[in-house]
Amino acid sequence: MLVFGTIPYLVIVALAVIGLATAALKRNLIKIFLGITIFESAINLFLVSLGYRDGAVAPIFTDAPSTEMVMATPQALTLTSIVIGVATTALLLSFAVLIWKHYGTVDTDKIRRLKE
Amino acid sequence: MKMSKIVRTGANILYPFVLIFGLYIVLHGHLTPGGGFQAGAVIATGVVLVIVANSYEAVTGMLQKVVFKAQESIGLLLFIGVAAIAITLGLPFFYNFLANSGSIFGLSVPFGPNHGDLNTAGLIPIMNIAVGIEVWGGLTVIILSMLSGLDRKEA
Amino acid sequence: MITDAIIANSPALLVMIPLIAAFACPFIGRISPAVRNIWVVGAMVLTAAMALLLAGEVFSSGTVVYTFGASAPGMSVPPDSGGIPVRIVFTVDAMSALMQIIGAITGLSIVLYSIAGDRRHTGLESYYTLYLLMIAGVMGMVSTGDLFNFFVFLEILSISSAGLIAYRIDRGVAVEAAVKYFVLSTIGAMVILVAIGIFYGEYDALNIAVIASRMQFTLLDQVALVLMIAALGMKCGAVPMHFWTPDAYSMAPSSITAMLVVASQASLYGLFRVVFTLYNVTLNAATVGWIIIVLGVLSMVVGVTMAIPQKDVKRLMAYHAISQTGYMLLGVGVGLAVLGNQSLLDAFGYVAMEGGIFHIINHAMYKGLLFLTAGAIFYRIGTRNLNRMGGLGHNMKYTMVFFVIGALAIAGIPPFNGFASKLMIYESVFMFNPILSIIAMVVSILTLASFVKVFHSIFMGPRLPEYADVKEAPAPMLIGMGILAAVVVLFGLFPGVVVDHLIEPAAQALVNQGAYISAVMGGA
Repeated sequence: MLVFGTIPYLVIVALAVIGLATAALKRNLIKIFLGITIFESAINLFLVSLGYRDGAVAPIFTDAPSTEMVMATPQALTLTSIVIGVATTALLLSFAVLIWKHYGTVDTDKIRRLKE
Repeated sequence: MKMSKIVRTGANILYPFVLIFGLYIVLHGHLTPGGGFQAGAVIATGVVLVIVANSYEAVTGMLQKVVFKAQESIGLLLFIGVAAIAITLGLPFFYNFLANSGSIFGLSVPFGPNHGDLNTAGLIPIMNIAVGIEVWGGLTVIILSMLSGLDRKEA
Repeated sequence: MITDAIIANSPALLVMIPLIAAFACPFIGRISPAVRNIWVVGAMVLTAAMALLLAGEVFSSGTVVYTFGASAPGMSVPPDSGGIPVRIVFTVDAMSALMQIIGAITGLSIVLYSIAGDRRHTGLESYYTLYLLMIAGVMGMVSTGDLFNFFVFLEILSISSAGLIAYRIDRGVAVEAAVKYFVLSTIGAMVILVAIGIFYGEYDALNIAVIASRMQFTLLDQVALVLMIAALGMKCGAVPMHFWTPDAYSMAPSSITAMLVVASQASLYGLFRVVFTLYNVTLNAATVGWIIIVLGVLSMVVGVTMAIPQKDVKRLMAYHAISQTGYMLLGVGVGLAVLGNQSLLDAFGYVAMEGGIFHIINHAMYKGLLFLTAGAIFYRIGTRNLNRMGGLGHNMKYTMVFFVIGALAIAGIPPFNGFASKLMIYESVFMFNPILSIIAMVVSILTLASFVKVFHSIFMGPRLPEYADVKEAPAPMLIGMGILAAVVVLFGLFPGVVVDHLIEPAAQALVNQGAYISAVMGGA
């Protein structure tokens, strides 16, 4: 039981590490943004697994069996976080489009006009 | 880059069904899983389907960015607006003054498990609709802007 | 009667007015640019009025609690909830009210400045929409009493800021700065979300007051504290997480840079709120206090040393902004380090905190003023490179006066406001640890040296032939700068009044965790 309960958290840690490592080590802008998205997914998974209750049902009142219900708050948090994630990803990708237009590359080593 | 005729016809046939499904989700947001954001995303997916199946130039006449931008703003204004009506009634911001009032979406919910009635929950369905309109517009604007940023020559 | 209703709903109106104005802006903009300008200025005036009304209410009769969607604004704990606040609660205490005043004054003067200063650009509807969203984000961040809500407003703020930093694309360079800012701030916000998740998992609550009342300071709480300090320290631009600051500040339009200063101070507010209200005495005050002090000293020293060799005037000012953030961290950090020890707190802890908090409001005013003058110069001559400027004092007299006021204030010269707050920090920190105080004074002298150099290279010298027919900045820009300059001078002339009526209640509100909890939980 304990082992089963910890699996989601192991996955979360793995995803977060993969995401952060991608964002930190890759030089392609798109891959960096992908890393950020993976990191976001890890955190969404973290929030939603906080709300997991064994044997409970979804908090929808229509014809629900009278058993334990899951608290809806973590799911609302996750949903809000996903919505924000969509906006974030969209903005990042439009930045990538603009960078591509003006620099002709998405390699972060070559995007260095700021330093001059 | 145009897809084959089968894909285009299929997309055109599917488009109204995707719209209907999205509208179903938005209207039942307070009863079943889903809600404004999900519905908006579903509808925007339908729009993307049409864009992908046809070429970008072919759809720009039909889907205009201005319309979707306006839709986005209207959705947001509707959302804040209904929340603000409560203040004019002397109640706190976001107070659900329509619930159990007997008017639109105003039936009271019986206690215990039941089938659920569409005509309940007061402001929540209205806000779901507002969010649905907003996300529909917003996601479509995002997609259209991204596509207009593509370099045509390479495509 | 209607005024009562407005005052009662002012916490909600403070966020609602900018939001409505922002979303209606694209429609209003289609009518005509003049109508849009009136609309934006009107919305900002209303927001500022709300902030001042609310602040008056808070400073006269204590913390204001506003519950969204409840049957009455004060009903934060519904009777059938078992003593738990279930709704989103805005908790506006003296510290929040102070931050709202900062946002209101700066926001208003920036919008007046923008009307003239950004007139020549396209897409102004989106510009003002995003600007008003920034205002809503700042106001929401400093008002909210709910951690997740704090995260949402933080994201609203960073998304709109990122859009505005990239607004003047500038052959892609501004976009590059925006990417840097936005990647870091997204990761920072996600890290904050992890901390919020930890709190929720442990205490089943998101409301700051509830979590504070249940705080145990377990190992998980320590992890959450580290995450929070790291992420919010990054957002407020403290060394060693400052890399985004110079790029973002120098590439954004000047009006937005001034607003970014306020935005980073909202993050600073978040840091103080977490440390003082959420944890308070449960944490190891000396250790965490020293961490914040070290962050502050590093920011002061590194910021000023990086600033001196800069050629780009806005980049130089951005490094000075990092350095000044260090003063706030130092002052409040000293207050935190002696938290829980009442005698030391009375001896110098409160004064140090008041100095740090006073410096927040002062910094927003004079730094905003300096960035606006830099923007006015850029508006007229089209360069930010110090080596290509000179002799502008002949043509831009008012701008020069405003620049001098701002520069003397940042260097801590009496009778300007920077002196008042820095003196409080020097005196109190000297009693805590003399070396820190001496470092702070040296940094201040270096700041003065740096600004004397900047002043000389921009305004002094003979009239350069290429700038012979440069005109003074337009009137709305001068009015915007004038408001900030007036505040700088007034706060400098009457620091006692400001400290007694604004700063001291704010410092007390931060230290007194019990009052915050009982305002929300109702004496529980």
